Amino acid sequence: MSEENQVEQKIRVIAESVHKAIQKTKAPELETPIRSLSNVAFDKKEGFFKIQKKTKRRTLTASTIKTFAQTLRMMALSEQLIRSEDTATKREAYYVSKNWGDARFSEQPESDSVMDDIEAMLGVNRERMGFVPGDHGGSVAGELVVIDRDFETKKELKIDCTKFGSGAYTIPSSVEHLKFETKAKFILAIETQGAFERLNKHQYWKKSNSILIAMSGVPTRACRRFIRKLSDEKKLPVFVFTDGDPYGFGNIYRTLKVGSGNAAHINEFFCVPQAKFIGVTPDDIEKYDLPTHPLKEVDVKKIKDLLKNDPFIKEHKEWQKALQKMAKNKMRVEQQAFAAHGLNHVMDVYLPEKIKDPKSWLP
Amino acid sequence: MSSEQNKEMKYKAQELATKQRDIGVAEFFARNRHLLGFDNKRKALLTTIKEAVDNSIDACEEAGILPEISVEIIDMGNDRFRVIIEDNGPGIVKKQIPNIFAKLLYGSKFHSLKQSRGQQGIGISASVMYGQLTTGRAAKVISKIGKNEPAYYCDLKIDTAKNKPEISNEGTREWNKDHGTKIQIDLEGSYQRGSQSVDEYLKETAVVNPHVMIIYTNPKAEQLIFPRATEELPKQAEEIKPHPYGVEFGVLLKMMELTEAKTLQQFLTTEFSKVSPRVAKEICEHARLLPNQKPKKLTHEDAEKIIKAIKEIKIQAPSAECISPITASLLEKGVKKEVNAEFYASVTRPPAVYRGNPFQIEVALAYGGAQAKDKTCNLMRFANRVPLLFQQGACGVTKAVSSINWKSYGLNQSSGHLPVGPLTIVVHISSVWVPFTSESKEAIAHYPEILAEIKLALQEAGRSLAKYTAKKQRVKHELKKRSYIQKYMSHVAIGLKELLDLDRGDEEEILQKLEIILEQKRGKIDSMEFDPTKNTEYDEEWAKIGKEDHKEDESGEEQ
Repeated sequence: MSEENQVEQKIRVIAESVHKAIQKTKAPELETPIRSLSNVAFDKKEGFFKIQKKTKRRTLTASTIKTFAQTLRMMALSEQLIRSEDTATKREAYYVSKNWGDARFSEQPESDSVMDDIEAMLGVNRERMGFVPGDHGGSVAGELVVIDRDFETKKELKIDCTKFGSGAYTIPSSVEHLKFETKAKFILAIETQGAFERLNKHQYWKKSNSILIAMSGVPTRACRRFIRKLSDEKKLPVFVFTDGDPYGFGNIYRTLKVGSGNAAHINEFFCVPQAKFIGVTPDDIEKYDLPTHPLKEVDVKKIKDLLKNDPFIKEHKEWQKALQKMAKNKMRVEQQAFAAHGLNHVMDVYLPEKIKDPKSWLP
Repeated sequence: MSSEQNKEMKYKAQELATKQRDIGVAEFFARNRHLLGFDNKRKALLTTIKEAVDNSIDACEEAGILPEISVEIIDMGNDRFRVIIEDNGPGIVKKQIPNIFAKLLYGSKFHSLKQSRGQQGIGISASVMYGQLTTGRAAKVISKIGKNEPAYYCDLKIDTAKNKPEISNEGTREWNKDHGTKIQIDLEGSYQRGSQSVDEYLKETAVVNPHVMIIYTNPKAEQLIFPRATEELPKQAEEIKPHPYGVEFGVLLKMMELTEAKTLQQFLTTEFSKVSPRVAKEICEHARLLPNQKPKKLTHEDAEKIIKAIKEIKIQAPSAECISPITASLLEKGVKKEVNAEFYASVTRPPAVYRGNPFQIEVALAYGGAQAKDKTCNLMRFANRVPLLFQQGACGVTKAVSSINWKSYGLNQSSGHLPVGPLTIVVHISSVWVPFTSESKEAIAHYPEILAEIKLALQEAGRSLAKYTAKKQRVKHELKKRSYIQKYMSHVAIGLKELLDLDRGDEEEILQKLEIILEQKRGKIDSMEFDPTKNTEYDEEWAKIGKEDHKEDESGEEQ
């Protein structure tokens, strides 16, 4: 049985259980895991966020009937996509619902949320249900050949990521079929496009024999999956370089490493537990004498929230110390701040020093 | 000064004294028409009919006769109307006729403490006087007291200077009925339908007097018959003596002067109700007066002491035998005829006392149905079975109603005002002496004891209303929820049909089963929809009387 048939089978089993309940004049219901940080735990052994047992029930009540109906209709759409070997973006799925009369979604976050619920219920990621994200997955440059397929001829297509000049290879929304060839020593995941472009332009990947990946904010699922797959298959360490602020630590790095709270049901495949944080850490500010900005009110709030509620941070003393230090000094720092010591200071001095010194990393 | 002169002086002084008093009465009222309810032409017509009808019903009830009253208004042009009211009452003896119809402040009711419609003995003679002042014509009266007696008739005018009747054109003749009285008054007036009209007054009178039959011919020569709803006369109210708690200084002085009692103790026990020899002795002790003193020899100071003593002593409340309420069930029945609502409640309070006068409050509520949802509620006030159509704002009933928090009973209300919503409130006060704010008997005075009783009665009825409105609200919410759920059940069916490749028949079956599941889960609900046919007492034609739009009526007159 193919993977797609398995998914279709799972959908049918759920649909049949609903139908049977109705035939026995019993209230039909759908039970989906609750997707939030309150229902995840950090699995130390596996190294990522795992979803817990709390579930929500949708049935014939005024507060749940609408999503109950929408979930069934969304499952029907998924089944149809799988059967016709087609895909739809999350945005397209949202527009399909506009045909559903009263059951239509009024905003895309509603349809995204129902989609995430079906993922959680079936335990498969939405790409396998025929739904693909609309946003791209990040930029890649460096010592890597990506092996893709020609959509028309189905022939292998070799993409050399050193040959994009000042541009970069873009990670597609679905990465499962990709294969890799590389002799690089490590992967460097970078928060901002700006920092990535500086390193790419000066071919830092050549000097350090590495693969550079720009995440452009919180990494998408495709980006996380790409890094994970590449790292797993080619046994490459992953270093992460973000701004020295609560957002860089708590959202960008944490999501890449252990997954997100509201997609914990598929984190298993969409996280990179082997990733290490090289900077910018609060210690670096002193060590490299970097220009800083004062923390904003939202930053202070975010730090408190991370210390109190984030299962990953709560598990790691080093992170708590780093966040407390940031809160105490009331200072944040940007990746580009190294330019204060010369434009190439970051690749000539900072990155080599950091990568050599595991004691300066954060877990 | 000779004895002759002395005699003449005394004679003149006496004459002067009587003149002074007479001028005081008739002239005063001639100049202050509004106090008697003759403020304007429209009200004058209504007041005249009201006084005559009230008197007729009182007379019938006193004689134990089921009242049958005919009211006829004839439009004579130039704002002149002829009003003819005829009853089947016991009739009036010839000697009394002029005094009753053509002497102000003459009547049997003023000095007796007994529940009746008329109180002061002003009403009908004021109407005669008003007719005379505006048209110059005399009132015509005919009355017959028994089968074998001839009917006596006469024309009556009032000598307004002397407050004395002037009789002319009198005689006896055959009259084709066993007993009864008919009065005809010509007066300047104006007729209009709608609220505060003769129509409304007669109809509401019929509502609270279900034993009365009224045949009414309006100026447009249309006849309306308000038939009797019960053959039973209301319980005859007993006459009582004043209760000590209500006695005022001036009244006490007068009573002491007129009494035939030989001692103070005897005076107290015979002239007042609920005063036993023991209570009388106690009053004397507190007043530091001897029980065997002669009442006529008591001074003003002694009277004051007695009043003070009365207040210090506990005296049993007056008996309620003197009150004849409509009863809650008859009141409710009357409201049902008038208002087609979804919910009715009525409450009769136990008798209570204000200033020594026993009184009793009855209320009825009619909620929802065909009534307007966004208008101030309809308040119907009655006193001793007489509808009060004017001065709602000044009435104690209105104050009591407004002081209740109607929001907790499911209505809208800005604080201190009448509630807004589909509600009719009926309040009836029965008392041996209804305290009106003025002689025109339109608004009830704000006695705290009366307001409190009205409040208690309405709150009791309000509580059962609240139960109803809360249930209605619950059902409304539940229905809203159900229809919301039903809206999406069809999508559950569509979803399953697509997922499992079902056909239309399966889809139908799913929908039917879902309906069954929904009903099992949420339970059956009572329909709270208004059923306009449920209230069998309701009479649409009847309800319309007195509800006509004034504007419509005016345009009708132009045509």
